[in-house]
Amino acid sequence: MKVQKKDKQVIKSNKISRRTLLAGMVAAAVLPVNPIFAKHVQTGPHTVPEPPEDPTKTIGPGPSAQGKRSTFEHPIRKFSETSSRSPLQDFHSTITPSDLHYERHHAGVPIIDPQKYELLIHGMVERPMKFTLAELKRFPAVSRICFLECAGNFRGGKEELTPQEILGLTSQSEWTGVMLSTLFREVGADPKALWFLAEGSDAAVMTRSVPVKKAWDDAMIVYAQNGEAIRPEQGYPVRLLLPGWEGNMNIKWLRRIELSDEPYMTREETSKYTYPVKDRIRMFSFEMDARSIITFPSYPQKIMPGWVEIRGIAWSGRGKIEKVEVSTDAGKTWQDARLQDPVLSKAHTYFRHLWQWNGNPTEILSRAVDETGYVQPTLQQLAEARGTAMGGYHMNPITSWQIKTDGSTLFKPE
Amino acid sequence: MKIKIVVGTALLGLILFHQVSAQQTSYPSRFGFGRLATTTEIALWDIDVRPDGKGLPAGQGDVLKGKVIYTSKCMACHGNNDTDLSKIKLPAPLLVSDTLAKSRPKAIGNYWPYATTLFDYIRRTMPYNQPGSLTDNEVYSITAYLLYANKIIKQNQFLNAKTLPGIVMPAKKLFIMDDRKGGPEVR
Ligand code: HEC
Repeated sequence: MKVQKKDKQVIKSNKISRRTLLAGMVAAAVLPVNPIFAKHVQTGPHTVPEPPEDPTKTIGPGPSAQGKRSTFEHPIRKFSETSSRSPLQDFHSTITPSDLHYERHHAGVPIIDPQKYELLIHGMVERPMKFTLAELKRFPAVSRICFLECAGNFRGGKEELTPQEILGLTSQSEWTGVMLSTLFREVGADPKALWFLAEGSDAAVMTRSVPVKKAWDDAMIVYAQNGEAIRPEQGYPVRLLLPGWEGNMNIKWLRRIELSDEPYMTREETSKYTYPVKDRIRMFSFEMDARSIITFPSYPQKIMPGWVEIRGIAWSGRGKIEKVEVSTDAGKTWQDARLQDPVLSKAHTYFRHLWQWNGNPTEILSRAVDETGYVQPTLQQLAEARGTAMGGYHMNPITSWQIKTDGSTLFKPE
Repeated sequence: MKIKIVVGTALLGLILFHQVSAQQTSYPSRFGFGRLATTTEIALWDIDVRPDGKGLPAGQGDVLKGKVIYTSKCMACHGNNDTDLSKIKLPAPLLVSDTLAKSRPKAIGNYWPYATTLFDYIRRTMPYNQPGSLTDNEVYSITAYLLYANKIIKQNQFLNAKTLPGIVMPAKKLFIMDDRKGGPEVR
């Protein structure tokens, strides 16, 4: 509850700062600093150079050591005390800029010296071993694009919600590192080992049990994100990457892996990240179910009658997106959206659908179908299958947007 | 000397690898990177505890000592039973709750399937503002107090590496493993 309230405040103040930033720019150009804008003038306008009347008549600044976003663009994460969300509505394709990747950590972001970093692999192995960062980088490397998503990714409850607020706990990067199977061969993993414990070196000393099968399938130990070293919030210098599996298991700041013949039943896999299904509690839901969201048009955007390209992302933790269907008549009829190539396994897939809006109020929605034949369900289908006390984990209902007569877009809470 | 030999072998391996590089997947069975970890190094980090008790340290604790520690080191954030926590900056989960009979918020008594998890979690990361500062005996005592407060053990029960894994949690029987495999069915 408290977290939500905090989020709202943050959102509000961001809106204000963006608006006043522009107002401040004008004011700064014309007047001496207006005291009302003084606070924003400090953070905003003095970093925004006055655009020249005609850029073809002025030589611009030369090369620099590090590039920056255009001073006219301000995509930001929205954060609370425990997480931050990616601005999905600001993205035109599927790689999340690293500084906008969502965050969820349980005891803050630790600072780890890469020179002192070591990964320990022990337990049911022939040779318990330690690897430095430099040693990990000597192994054959692999790059892979895949999404990460928090198992608690979904928020509803009111109409004024942006895609970022509804579903911003997912992002996508190109990750580089070594296959975990390569390391398991190096230490001589015991074929009788069925699980491994992954442990972080943050103050939560975060732990999760992972089936060893995932290591032989596609798990990676990664040290790079979008071509450069992983961001601190993403686990610098090394994290576990389990493509398609719930975010919490992709242990960041990874320091230890212990192979075992049974799971450890850590707090995160028992007290958290489990959810009621009828009269039982379901645990070990690793794969993220297929889902999608329309990111344009979305709240608080406005459209005009005529051609509108509906845009969004779809993904599945079980493989490739087979198709995305879009409805522009509140779910009565569905059409296949165009998928942007290449469609990758366990990856955000961009979809687009051309629509001619006649100006009448309606609802637009999308549903993802993955290569296993799974069709993204409605909230009602989920409630029928799991009971009404489903909790907040692994909830992937179809989300819809209401288009009002004036072209404004509002989320449709169920 | 040893290093030279290793490097030499690795080089030879590389050359051989090159010659047979038509077979793209011919990884060596080992690369020889990294080093053996010592038992001291492993012991320093190997703090996990399994439901069967593997990993539990020596030592012992009791409910009364645990209550004293809870009051001084935990209550400020976690409250006491139904205390309103809304004024606290970091809202911490409620730890004491009625057992299954009455449906209370998720807590140890009605939701945690294993008592060993409590020991493992408290030892690795609590108190939140001083993680990892408790002795093993203190962790046994707080675990005992929290299990007592959740009506799972009696006030006079001692906890140690032998008794803790034997405690059956009321919620254990509710847990099922996810067996979904994709496909059209919504579950
Ligand atoms: C400074 C505030 C603070 C103090 C003091 C504190 N905790 Fe916590 N505790 C938290 C927070 C915050 C969480 C949730 C952490 C997370 O999100 O992962 C938590 C989580 C827990 C949980 C897990 C609850 C669940 O439902 O999963 C247990 C058990 C716990 N604390 C026990 C203790 C014990 C025992 C002490 C005293 C030795 C203690 N805590 C002291 C803030 C505190």
